[in-house]
Amino acid sequence: MQVFCYKQDDINTDLLFPGKYTYTCSTGPEILEHLLEDLDPAFAKSVKSGDIIIAGENFGCGSSREQPSLGLRYVGLKAVIARSFARIFYRSAINQGLLLVQSPEAVEAYNEGNEVEIDPAGGIIRIEGRTFNFPALPSEMLSILADGGLLNHIRKEFSGGDER
Amino acid sequence: MGETFAMKILGRAAGKKVREGEIVFVEPDYVLTHDNSSAIIGKFEATVPGSKVKYPKRLAIVLDHVIPAASSKNAAGHRKIRKFVDEQNIRHFYDIGTGICHQVLPEMGLVKPGSIVVGSDSHTCTYGAFNCFATGIDRTEAAGIWITGKTWFKVPETINIDITGSFTAGVSAKDLILTIIGDIGAGGANYMAVEFNGPAVAGFRICDRMTIANMGIEMGAKIAAFQANSVTDRYLEAMGVDISEALWSDNDAEYTRSYEYDLADIVPVAACPHQVDNVLPIQELPETGIDQVFIGTCTNGRIEDFQAALEILRGHTVHSDVRLLVGPASRKEYLKAMQMGLIQDFVEAGAVILPPGCGPCLGAHQGALAPDEKCLSTANRNFKGRMGEKDAEIYLSSPETAAASAITGRITDPREVL
Ligand code: SF4
Repeated sequence: MQVFCYKQDDINTDLLFPGKYTYTCSTGPEILEHLLEDLDPAFAKSVKSGDIIIAGENFGCGSSREQPSLGLRYVGLKAVIARSFARIFYRSAINQGLLLVQSPEAVEAYNEGNEVEIDPAGGIIRIEGRTFNFPALPSEMLSILADGGLLNHIRKEFSGGDER
Repeated sequence: MGETFAMKILGRAAGKKVREGEIVFVEPDYVLTHDNSSAIIGKFEATVPGSKVKYPKRLAIVLDHVIPAASSKNAAGHRKIRKFVDEQNIRHFYDIGTGICHQVLPEMGLVKPGSIVVGSDSHTCTYGAFNCFATGIDRTEAAGIWITGKTWFKVPETINIDITGSFTAGVSAKDLILTIIGDIGAGGANYMAVEFNGPAVAGFRICDRMTIANMGIEMGAKIAAFQANSVTDRYLEAMGVDISEALWSDNDAEYTRSYEYDLADIVPVAACPHQVDNVLPIQELPETGIDQVFIGTCTNGRIEDFQAALEILRGHTVHSDVRLLVGPASRKEYLKAMQMGLIQDFVEAGAVILPPGCGPCLGAHQGALAPDEKCLSTANRNFKGRMGEKDAEIYLSSPETAAASAITGRITDPREVL
């Protein structure tokens, strides 16, 4: 597991995925080529499934484009832990099935090279033996995450004949 | 205790009394999508192959972002959207040239006071100008709403911004909202509703309201809304829009935070690279030469913006080191500008007129910048790379400041040339 640490505040959607590609890249592999391109050019080549991003305040602010959350989910990112998230990005991550954890304390505590573990169900982050709790998500969101994103969730509802 | 606008509108849609923080399910009145509809169609078809959109009349699709198509890939996307529109009987479809989505929806009478509008575009908050609960969602969620007709919201807390006084010469709504964002910060209103109240609001024109609401997202707001009044009523009634369902906060509504602004204190400002909340009075900026000025976008591409710019520009020519681009927000605004002679005035001053659409705003085509170039734009976002080149710099300002700067070739307080 690698941890990518970008503690600065207000990392926006253009840094996560430049707007100039918005109408030409929409699939996982296309997005990955440019993921975090203007923030950390090395990210796309080195990120692996199970990795974690640590970030500051208002992570994901700006555009409603979903390539950032879709791309991070596509590479199998385990979670983003941030001091706070921008609202549309937060929503989008749930829609993609990507776990976001708000924990200013954990972000504060993290130092380069630390091991980070997350237990989403228990609402616990462990960093070098210290534990940090985060509030559980509302049940509506948990069920979307558990189904692997909004469209899978809807697909399930539809095939189950449970058309609410 | 009274209720806020957000509580009332979500409560009415959910059919119950709601509290802040509660999750409610609602059926939005409209779902806006634009060029990104082609990706949404892909998701829709992969999720429910062969199905019909649940409420086709509630979809609004506007082709505005990369128009005319800049590549065959864009063109194929546009074609896919037109085909879907035909198959699914989407009535509110506006093809290229109609204008920028956030200008087109009001013009087409789709923004009813007291309604809920979502859009797979972050500046959907613009319709707060018309007393809508309007907010951005992602493409996946738009596909979900096409399928199910509904979505969820957390009832937000509310920030109140009280505005008094009137603007001094050379200062306008853009300076106000940039000043507010500079104070509150890019994430200062995250997850929250922002209401604009106070006596000065009565004096705002439609364009002022739209410029202000449009930038709500730049402080993280979920919605940025105004009360309906005689100004909005007159505008909307002329198009036959039902204005009877407007809602507003109770006098004793409780706000999480409040701010006060006196318009007399507002001065010309610019948002400096690479953050919208990096706001400085123009007079405090170091000398900043610019390569390009762009007057347009959903923030400031309307007639009144053009008039304000031309009042400064007329009788001058654009500086020889500067390219001036002008983009009308819609076909209607373009036509009005032609009838009023504004387009001629711009062209005579040396401007390049772009088709009604997003133009250089998102860096996907027209008016892209070279490395290290500086652009002064009336748009709403100056993020690194936003206009296509990460080593370029974008400053944001009012149309007045943009015009003054186009003449001098450096970022200039419009009061210097008035
Ligand atoms: S003009 Fe710019 S901000 Fe407005 S909708 Fe178009 S791309 Fe978005």
